[in-house]
Amino acid sequence: MGHKTTYKPYGDSAILIDWHAEISISISNDILEFYKKIKDLKDTNIVEVIIGYSSLTIVFKKRITDYFKEVKSLKEVYNLKDISFKRTPFIWQIPVCYDVDFGKDLQEMSNITKLEISEIITLHSEKLYRVYFIGFLPGFCYLGGLNERLFLERKPNPRLHVAKGSVAIGGKQTGIYPAESAGGWNIIGKTPVDFFNVCLEHPCFVKAGDFIKFITVGKEEFFQIEKEVKDTSYEISKVLYNA
Amino acid sequence: MKFLKFYTMLKVLKAGFFNTIQDKGRFGYAAMGVPVSGAMDSYSSDIANSILNNSLEDAVIEITFGNCKFQLLCDTFICVSGGGFSVKINQRLIGLNKKISVSKNDILSFGNLNFGARCYLAVSGGIKSEVKLNSRSFYKGVTKNTVLQNGMDIPILQRSKGEFMSNSSIKINEAHFSSKEIKCYKGPEFDLLHSDQQKDLIERLYSISKNANRMGYQLNETIPNNIPSILTSAVMPGTVQLTPSGNLIILMKDCQVTGGYLRVLQLPEAAINCIAQKSTNSQFHFVLEDL
Repeated sequence: MGHKTTYKPYGDSAILIDWHAEISISISNDILEFYKKIKDLKDTNIVEVIIGYSSLTIVFKKRITDYFKEVKSLKEVYNLKDISFKRTPFIWQIPVCYDVDFGKDLQEMSNITKLEISEIITLHSEKLYRVYFIGFLPGFCYLGGLNERLFLERKPNPRLHVAKGSVAIGGKQTGIYPAESAGGWNIIGKTPVDFFNVCLEHPCFVKAGDFIKFITVGKEEFFQIEKEVKDTSYEISKVLYNA
Repeated sequence: MKFLKFYTMLKVLKAGFFNTIQDKGRFGYAAMGVPVSGAMDSYSSDIANSILNNSLEDAVIEITFGNCKFQLLCDTFICVSGGGFSVKINQRLIGLNKKISVSKNDILSFGNLNFGARCYLAVSGGIKSEVKLNSRSFYKGVTKNTVLQNGMDIPILQRSKGEFMSNSSIKINEAHFSSKEIKCYKGPEFDLLHSDQQKDLIERLYSISKNANRMGYQLNETIPNNIPSILTSAVMPGTVQLTPSGNLIILMKDCQVTGGYLRVLQLPEAAINCIAQKSTNSQFHFVLEDL
């Protein structure tokens, strides 16, 4: 609450709410709190609520007949004072193997950035990354917090096949490919963890507002975890985040 | 209306190039990054379901490039709606938008495209394939199958002949296939565009490029653009994006849930349905309406 928001129609059956256009934890927290309040209404007229860096989009089941009435009631929801909408986020400890066999672009990145591969790995794995939201592909986390020394333009020619679990850097962002896909990000490692598995009760363990900490593992440990992930005996370590 | 509650099969003899099972799609999973999916032309899939007295939520088979063949392993009723593909039962041509009685072992085949871009095969009681995240719509990483495969068995219900006596027929709006007018609203970033860009968008004739699939339709024409992209925010089926290189993309049912390109227009459902029946190089123009 307390942030400046603007409302606008988004087609005939959705409303877009914009915050000041910046990537900030304070704005993101405000968005997530509002998201939770709307979800808790369990309003069957609302079929989807989509989170962005500085926006929230409310999709209605049917064409909106009275736009101003809907905006008014959304504003009332935004102003609800209830501490229970705050959720303590988790820090998920994600094992990553930064071996050059997986980190296919580590050497090239080292050449461009003039950083040793070991420095790239340290700079990448020492930070805590906030999950702003999930989009692009099922389970793809938009992470914030990459050290600016690791900023690196996307590859001029995207790869047709990037392996599932690849940890990569694209411009000012870092992320994990949750499934095999085409992609132009610079690959620096790989995690054996599934970020989206439709067979599980909760297909995606991570939620917007959580944090990710990459834990470096060797190849042997990578393959051991991969095996455990496959037979569903692997449990991802997590700790509560205390801001 | 009684029917036997056991599943029998519709066998895929020839899968064709890109045929899928679709219903109304999956809602409520955007927070995991899962797209909506669902029939590209819900106007036509609704007609097919309605003619069979199915629920509009029932799943149908979406046929996009024709040249596919199925075998019925039971008696039932079917209805095909949407684009024209020279549909035959055994050797006999059948009409669209009609309830058709089919018998065990009948072969249903779809030939070349005559008009439109895709059609829907509905079966009495609906297609009963696996439900994942509240929907039967195929999507990579969510459903086991992404497209129909040769030899696949699709669960359906058996219906005995003469069960449905009423012969309902529905008048199809021909403009759905022929109209060159695509109704749209201003997208969230429309007002950021320069006036000549806005004018281009509304006044020019556009056409669909070869780069068109269930995720999105890229257009052949471009609009010079130097306006920076936005912070990643929601996109939806029907959102028209303008990329930094000036390409226009109409997002369709399998589109991602968020994007960073300018969202210049938003098509309502009826316009998405209309675009879904246009093929490569079909021309149209955007008709901007006020909300």
